[in-house]
Amino acid sequence: MSDFAVEARNIVRTFKKGAVRALDDVSLRVPRGQVFGLLGPNGSGKTTMVRILSTILAPSTGSALVNGFDVVREPDAVRRSIGLAGQYATVDENLTGFENLRMIGRLNHLSRSVVRNRANELLETFDLAEASARNVKTYSGGMRRRLDLAAALVANPPLLFLDEPTTGLDPQSRQDLWAIIEQLVETGTTVLLTTQYLEEADRLASQLVVLDHGRIIAEGTSRELKTRLGNTVLVLTFETVGDARRGADLVGDLGAQPAIVEGLVVEFTVDGGPTKAAEALRRLDGAGVALAGLVLREPSLDDVFLNLTGHRTGGVEVSLTETA
Amino acid sequence: MTSTTMITDSTPHQVPKSSLRWVVNDLFTIARRNLLTLVRIPISLVFAVIQPVMFVLLFRYVFGGAIPVPNGQYVNYLIPGILVQTTIFGAVGTAIGLAEDLQRGLIERFRALPMARMAVLGGRTIADLLRNVLVLVVITVVGVAVGFRPGGGIGPYIGASLLMLFFAFALSWGFAFVGLTAPNSETAQAMTFPIIFPMTFASSIFVPVSTMPSWLQPFARNQPVSQAADAVRGLMLGEPTGHAVWLTLLWGLGALVILAPLATTRYRRAA
Repeated sequence: MSDFAVEARNIVRTFKKGAVRALDDVSLRVPRGQVFGLLGPNGSGKTTMVRILSTILAPSTGSALVNGFDVVREPDAVRRSIGLAGQYATVDENLTGFENLRMIGRLNHLSRSVVRNRANELLETFDLAEASARNVKTYSGGMRRRLDLAAALVANPPLLFLDEPTTGLDPQSRQDLWAIIEQLVETGTTVLLTTQYLEEADRLASQLVVLDHGRIIAEGTSRELKTRLGNTVLVLTFETVGDARRGADLVGDLGAQPAIVEGLVVEFTVDGGPTKAAEALRRLDGAGVALAGLVLREPSLDDVFLNLTGHRTGGVEVSLTETA
Repeated sequence: MTSTTMITDSTPHQVPKSSLRWVVNDLFTIARRNLLTLVRIPISLVFAVIQPVMFVLLFRYVFGGAIPVPNGQYVNYLIPGILVQTTIFGAVGTAIGLAEDLQRGLIERFRALPMARMAVLGGRTIADLLRNVLVLVVITVVGVAVGFRPGGGIGPYIGASLLMLFFAFALSWGFAFVGLTAPNSETAQAMTFPIIFPMTFASSIFVPVSTMPSWLQPFARNQPVSQAADAVRGLMLGEPTGHAVWLTLLWGLGALVILAPLATTRYRRAA
């Protein structure tokens, strides 16, 4: 068997008779036994990719092997070897937690006794045992997500697709889910995770692909992407637009990437944040340029996007000012 | 997390069996899920059982006195009609339920499972069929309590019931198609009204067609729901049915042959 849980080649998927290209020549290989992150904003094609790999949607062109099976020619074999959990927490609200797992287990063609044991085991593990006989309608968002994930795990698949598993969750539930995912990978499961959060990809994924408008715009480990970007974002706010331009000229060379000027704000990524911030303050003070504010923060997905594509995740174009 | 028990284990779970057995398993699993839903949502049970009982009482005691029917008691005319009407109203639930499953992403999950493709629709229509059996029993009991005295005998009564269940089963597929076409459950519900309203009220369900204005009579007399009502009524009461039984069977068969593939195709494409 191949070393890769997923091998997708030149996947193109169009909608509306070709008017929309949701995926445009995407190839990726997911090694076994780790978390592989598909990072991108809304509408970048992440979910379309997951739907193709889980046989819900056929690619327009291109091919993909999942656990060695072709998604178009051998969909049933693919379906027997994967689990899918999504951002929409696709569980039946009118059934209890146990009934949901039983239904999914039976539809995965597990025997009755295996389904019962497996369901109880998963409910226990995911802290849902007490709620197992309650209608899902009464569950919190975090509980639904855990149940959704449990449903994806009922048949014990070697490969799990998690489509934005923590979108819309509170911080505690997010931490809980991350811990579960890490535990899963320790026991040998391969996870393909889509997310909008750099923090999430950073914490979980060994390898990352960044998607934008259906194309891969960067790939590598989280460390590689961050190194390309610089470790910290330095945000300077000035009192006038003129000061902002002058300031960008004065301190721009401190950044690992060109500074970005938007109105009163100058942003750039730097290595060794505090030192660079101090240097920036010295230079601005020396030149007599007044500063209204200074912030050092972790780079966000937005920063990655800004640096890779020149546009924010919302698609608004901003100017990249090359500074000397 | 309460514990760090193994989330995965290494036992091979999936037992290979003949595929037909699994198709039956999948149908049963989905049907059970839909019946559980029916019991869990009080309003759906109200629609399925309480509403027809209210209709029986309303027409028996409020409107019934004003409606003259050809042979004797209005209550005997009414109950078979209510049975047909209830199964049609009930099929609306199929449209709403499927639209909801689609909207919530449950269908998406089903499509990524190694289950039989046709089980999602098949299981739902089977659940409808079982619900209709329940309705049949409840309405018959309530009907007898309010004076319904079918004179056709037990054999024809069962025959009429089977015919009605078959007709309703065929109809379920049509409403499944509506549910899969609608963008959401509210729209699905709205889409069914222009279908069920004329079909149930411009029919022989509640009143004889001969009392309607002459422009309405050709439609009301010949549309499938009237045929079904006439057939069920005739068999239950032991009255002549003319061609109604055969026509109902033909309508049901025709609807099934056209609507089941239509719904199945729609299901395959629905995203």
